Amino acid sequence: MIEQIVTSFLAAVLIENFVLVRFLGICPFLGVSKKIKTAWGMGIAVVFVMALASAFTWLIQKYVLESFNIEFLQTITFILVIAALVQFVEMVIKKTSRTLYNALGVYLPLITTNCAILAVCIINVQKGFDLVNAILYGTFAGIGFTLALILFAGIRERMDLFSNIPENLKGFPISLISASLVSLAFLGFQGLIK
Amino acid sequence: MNEIILAAAIIGIMGIVFGIGLSYAAKVFHVKEDERIARVRAALPGANCGACGYPGCDGLAAAIVEGKASGNACPASGDEFTEKLADILGIKTEKTERKTARVLCNGTCALSRAKYQYYGIEDCSAAAQIFGGHKSCKYGCLGNGTCARVCPFDAIAIVEGVAVILQDKCRACGLCIDACPKKLIELIPVSKNYSVLCRSKDKGPVTKKSCDVGCIGCTKCVKTCPAGAISMEGAPLAKIDPEKCTNCGECVKVCPTTAIRKVETFCN
Repeated sequence: MIEQIVTSFLAAVLIENFVLVRFLGICPFLGVSKKIKTAWGMGIAVVFVMALASAFTWLIQKYVLESFNIEFLQTITFILVIAALVQFVEMVIKKTSRTLYNALGVYLPLITTNCAILAVCIINVQKGFDLVNAILYGTFAGIGFTLALILFAGIRERMDLFSNIPENLKGFPISLISASLVSLAFLGFQGLIK
Repeated sequence: MNEIILAAAIIGIMGIVFGIGLSYAAKVFHVKEDERIARVRAALPGANCGACGYPGCDGLAAAIVEGKASGNACPASGDEFTEKLADILGIKTEKTERKTARVLCNGTCALSRAKYQYYGIEDCSAAAQIFGGHKSCKYGCLGNGTCARVCPFDAIAIVEGVAVILQDKCRACGLCIDACPKKLIELIPVSKNYSVLCRSKDKGPVTKKSCDVGCIGCTKCVKTCPAGAISMEGAPLAKIDPEKCTNCGECVKVCPTTAIRKVETFCN
């Protein structure tokens, strides 16, 4: 059991990293990776939403879509569920924990429409996970996303401070180039698990 | 056919359930916001220019009410706002003099020479990368309107190839200062009418060759100024210190190239 969880953790975080290997959720990866601090906020919000969305969409898939034989509605249903869920969670957090609400801040509603969240839910179904495994996979995928985001934010922070970047590469171009290099590095994890 | 109806019905039902659930949750989990935040927010300009350093006007309003930001943190608001703020929060903030941006170049198409014809995209940064821009003076305003496009208050016009600030619209947010590749724009108290409208650090004859109204560094104004507000900036280029300037206008009379001007640009 533990071995299985560790394998699943390594697979989701390193080998099949959502951003750097599967190329999902690129928009926040480039958008909120300017500072490590905001990268943390975004990362934690993503972990949170991914785990919750995994659980809910798994239940919807099992008890609504499959029992009525309408699996072809998967995408639209999942989007609906995720959007409603994030709204609801935001309200609950705002009421119960002001600190957590301030920490997640604007990132919580931002990730409602993130493709990485939808992908986690669909992969859960495709791989035939049970509820516990689905939630675990969602959490691990979120951690992988956070790792990628923070690594990249660190690189960008240092690049802004210390590097002498040619004028025409400054800003977005150099970010894209360095993102591809980080992605190449993550390809090295392929074959970590047989 | 049945399948379609079933699918539509289920999605519809889910939508309704989520909708009702959310609206119910919004009532149950309703959090009282400080109503002063909304009032402060209404008093702010609402352009979300970001010049205060907070994420938009909402962010600044919350910060002011919490006491994290001072009442004059919004560079785009003048005394009117501080008075309203005093009403809402019962605090007094020091009055600050309203500032305006000013473009320090007066080399219009007719008065300055061109290096080449520029047919690229309408953007000063792009033009500036090709041999320092299409003006023969490498310090001059290129007039492609990059500053006018970033201005959230529509306060910049391009007149005869040079950017001009409409002072009664300008709220001194400073976005244009960062946008200008030639660093020609400065913030100056709005009451100071006189500026050296040239940033050319070239020697006098070189400046004269490329522009009729450039500062040639003759130092006549430095000697004339009764308040001692004008100095040469290490290069043949005069600069008026707005803190010392008394608005007397003596410098305009002696300037041989009319680089020093009385600036009164209001939109009509």
